[in-house]
Amino acid sequence: MPNQPDLQLWLILFFPLLGALINGTLGRRLPKTVISAIAIGTVALSFLWVVRSLSELGQLDKPHIERYFNSIASGDLKIGFDLSVDRLSSIMLLVVTGVGTLIHVYAVGYMDHEEGFWRFFSYLNLFMFFMLILVLAQNFLLLFVGWEGVGLCSYLLIGFYFLEKFAGDAAKKAFIVNRVGDFGFSLAMLLMVVQFGSLDMTTVFSTASKLPVETSGGVVTAVALLLVVGACGKSAQVPLYVWLPDAMAGPTPVSALIHAATMVTAGVYVVARSSEVFLKAPVAMEVVAVIGMITAVVAALIGTAQNDIKKVFAYSTVSQLGYMFVGLGVGAFSAGIFHVVTHAFFKALLFLGAGSVIHALHGEQDLSNMGGLRSKIPIMYWTLMTAAVAIAGVWPFAGFHSKDAILLAAHAHAPWMYWVGVVTAGLTAFYVFRAMFLCFFGEYRGKAHPHESPAIMYMPLVVLALLSVGGGYLPVMDWLAPLYPAHEHPHDMSLILISVGFAMAGIFAAYYIYVLNPGSADGYAKSLGGVYRAIAGKFYVDEAYDAAIVHPIEQGSRAVLLDGVEDVVVQGGVGATVGVTRWTGGMLRLLQSGNIRSYAVYALLGAVIFLGVMASSGGAR
Amino acid sequence: MYLLIALFLPLVVFLACLTALRKSQQMAFTASLFAAGVSLLASLAMIPEVMQNPTKLSQATSVNWIPYPPIHFSVGVDGLSLWLIAVTALLTVVAVVMSSGRDSMFLGWLLLLEAGIVGVFAAQDLFLFFVFFELTLLPVLFLMGQYGKDSGKATSMGATIKFFVFTFAGSVLMLAAMTYLFLKAGTFDYQNILLQVQAGSFRLSPAEQMPLFLAFFLAFAVKTPLFPFHAWQADAYATAPSPLGIVMAGLMGKLGTYGLLRFCLPLFPNAARECAGWINGLAILAILYGALVAIVQPNIKRLLAFSSLSHLGFVVLGIFSFHINGLDGAAYQMVCHAVTTGALFVLAGVLEERKGSCEISAFGGLASRTPWLATTFLIAALASSGLPALNNFVGEYLILQGAAFAGFGYAAAAGIGVILSAVYLLWMYQRTFLGPNPDEATADLSTQEAIAIGPLIVLMIWMGVSSGNFLPVQSAVNQKILQQTKMNVEFRVAAPVAAEAVHGN
Repeated sequence: MPNQPDLQLWLILFFPLLGALINGTLGRRLPKTVISAIAIGTVALSFLWVVRSLSELGQLDKPHIERYFNSIASGDLKIGFDLSVDRLSSIMLLVVTGVGTLIHVYAVGYMDHEEGFWRFFSYLNLFMFFMLILVLAQNFLLLFVGWEGVGLCSYLLIGFYFLEKFAGDAAKKAFIVNRVGDFGFSLAMLLMVVQFGSLDMTTVFSTASKLPVETSGGVVTAVALLLVVGACGKSAQVPLYVWLPDAMAGPTPVSALIHAATMVTAGVYVVARSSEVFLKAPVAMEVVAVIGMITAVVAALIGTAQNDIKKVFAYSTVSQLGYMFVGLGVGAFSAGIFHVVTHAFFKALLFLGAGSVIHALHGEQDLSNMGGLRSKIPIMYWTLMTAAVAIAGVWPFAGFHSKDAILLAAHAHAPWMYWVGVVTAGLTAFYVFRAMFLCFFGEYRGKAHPHESPAIMYMPLVVLALLSVGGGYLPVMDWLAPLYPAHEHPHDMSLILISVGFAMAGIFAAYYIYVLNPGSADGYAKSLGGVYRAIAGKFYVDEAYDAAIVHPIEQGSRAVLLDGVEDVVVQGGVGATVGVTRWTGGMLRLLQSGNIRSYAVYALLGAVIFLGVMASSGGAR
Repeated sequence: MYLLIALFLPLVVFLACLTALRKSQQMAFTASLFAAGVSLLASLAMIPEVMQNPTKLSQATSVNWIPYPPIHFSVGVDGLSLWLIAVTALLTVVAVVMSSGRDSMFLGWLLLLEAGIVGVFAAQDLFLFFVFFELTLLPVLFLMGQYGKDSGKATSMGATIKFFVFTFAGSVLMLAAMTYLFLKAGTFDYQNILLQVQAGSFRLSPAEQMPLFLAFFLAFAVKTPLFPFHAWQADAYATAPSPLGIVMAGLMGKLGTYGLLRFCLPLFPNAARECAGWINGLAILAILYGALVAIVQPNIKRLLAFSSLSHLGFVVLGIFSFHINGLDGAAYQMVCHAVTTGALFVLAGVLEERKGSCEISAFGGLASRTPWLATTFLIAALASSGLPALNNFVGEYLILQGAAFAGFGYAAAAGIGVILSAVYLLWMYQRTFLGPNPDEATADLSTQEAIAIGPLIVLMIWMGVSSGNFLPVQSAVNQKILQQTKMNVEFRVAAPVAAEAVHGN
């Protein structure tokens, strides 16, 4: 791109990488203030460089591409280290570096008393590096580097408290379930090269956009569906969502940054990025919408019966990601991304607030040991309440705008999706406020002595709270409009009122059960019987996977492959080799009483005999 | 000149270790380190010449060795063998560093092994190739038989015998096939044979190719090993002394895959294409079978053996994809796998040295006691499981891409192996390094161990991020090999035309 300014986009990546390297290698010997300064400073610099680059780029009518070096070249396949910014990635850049900076600041306060302070910030900076690669990548392979890189950092950070077995288990589960998704993603890349001859996004998308729409199925549909498999892994959609709730084993700032605001939205980002491919594959679009719908409902149901405050919000994240998928699937790409943005604000706020509560209660995460904290930690109460209202979708808070954009588009696509979405919105309001009321209202049921968090922890919350209130008025959808086909649907006031009505009903139900009639919840749970048990047991999905996949693989490998094929067929069977082995061993023992040197002699002897044969055969000729 | 240094200096010091230096272990160590180091420098010094023209034979030397049959001591290096020779030299340095305290004989055998492996990669005369190919067995026999350690049910003597019988028996037929080639072409000189093929004066009919190809293939498949010829592997890896394990696991397998790429494809392209279907099937079986069995291995070295079975399945799949991406991936993966597996065996050796065994159940919770050991182990394990930005990913990706061109089903099936590799490696890592602190103290990496592992870690990242520094020379040779295989395919297509002409007459 000759006429465009060279903005040194690589610096956006370089700062956090530098921070990760410094803290990772020298951090053990550095004082905490220096570690924090490096960690926050590098991410903040990255944010500033994003702002500077975007202000240079102005309207971004065309993507700005910077090509650095050829990373893989084999035959016709050339894959470079190429970065690009377009209207879509500019939004992600701002969210990732902006929210990222806030969470880094918060984490300095949160992790103050923890072992391995330097290790934590090294991983966190490394995460920022890979996440920014993912966003800036101009080709799918580089995107995949970021994609797996954030998975690695997620693995390291979930397993941060590695002395506990559950942390190691959760980390491994996250990585492996994501690998299943990555399997789909890599097959999508392979198919792209076979079909389109390139992994460069500009080439792939322009080739795809010239193809006819595949109404039933075909190669483009296959590529799109394989991308969906990858997106389901990273963005925790049915059937691959099971890792995200367990991922809460990591420190809370990690849950906020990686498992709520940024990394888990990567799947949404990839689908929105590949809209040209998806628009040619309506079948794949429908699959995205249905997966999103199922995920949103299932996760919201499970969320109503969780007692760990972080688990409630984790299922909420899964559910909200489902909403984003619905938005993408019905063709409202910009609404889906809009929800990514607002969700980043209010969900990061929910997690950081939850973290502050946990911090205040010295590690207590169980809602049944909280209660009445409203007066004890008022700043937390007000900021968390803002986030709760925002996620419930009450006008004029941020969540309202993005969620209604999705629901309206869903209604235009298929009315049943709207109705399921609205009911889910009611459930969402219910479970979030259930957590709020259990935490802040009623009598305090715990033993610890709650204390307000230091300023370094609540200042980021205040900023996020402001964004959760006003974020809905950011012109995200107008900014994205040129990228996607126009999506006209009537601005039906009644539909909006109905969805807000369901949200209010959810809040009221929670208020009725948990504030007006505390202790009545158990009665309702009992009256629901098996249904409640299934919900509280998370529909036994983990157990089903263990029984259907994990155990068969492990037992099968042990009993059938190792004890059967390996020991009997390969070791014993492969023809008469075992006999040959015994025979040779016996012969050699006989000749040289097991002296190892004999084998060597025979090896050489073989060569000598050969030479002799050769010479004589040559002579005969 | 450089090539001869890399080849003969280790031989000289090997002889010295057996004789003059036999009693002075310290001197032998210094001399071995010197020899290994200099031959590493010599192999690096060859880079500029090969870079200039990767398909031409650099550093070529040809001396009449045996007048009749005319066998030449003919060696040279091109883009395909360059990095393999360099990584052989590097892993030998690492192995020597890790064998301080071992006796002179041990060091001597290691150097002989280096000379043998470098010779295999450099040989340009089929008979010379065979001599080096078999020469590598000799040091392995001594090292395994005399210094090996029983592991569970596997005795080191039993493992040695099994290794020897398998690999030796596997290559007997190859010698017969080479003899046939010699009788037909009148020379053992590989370049000469290729020139004759190109000129059209040397042709093998499909009926001739098939048995010859299978004879070569068997030798290389046992060496690699390819499922189901891997019976020798796990016992050998588990009982071999750790420094030998580094070289053996890192490089022995590549003798097989190198042979497939270097000889089988250009010499017998019709037969190779004919067999590609079932060979790819075996490769995928190896990938999945190796990975599944690795999951349930209770011993780190055995787990790595099955992991190698799985990873070398990828290499074979790449070679028999007959697509440039697949060949490039295979060539790249050979070097990458040597680096990564070498590193994992260094670390397995360190762990074994600490606890006296490689049983995974003997470990747990080491991460907080030995942070550097844990970090390097994790990097190597992640590289091995194909994490992007680390070396193996580039190879595996290109192999899968090539396989996808050959048939999308191959790539999809092999891709499952990538998922499984994360399962067995991360599970091993978790059981070894994570969990509650153990009571007893365990030492972290010593300076010497850090020196051994450091360059390998650097290479993992370098080769993963910037394959442009390594891949092009290999790719150039692969292009030529692919061209050679196509030449003969035209010959096969042309056959009916010739028959028609006869008919017309």
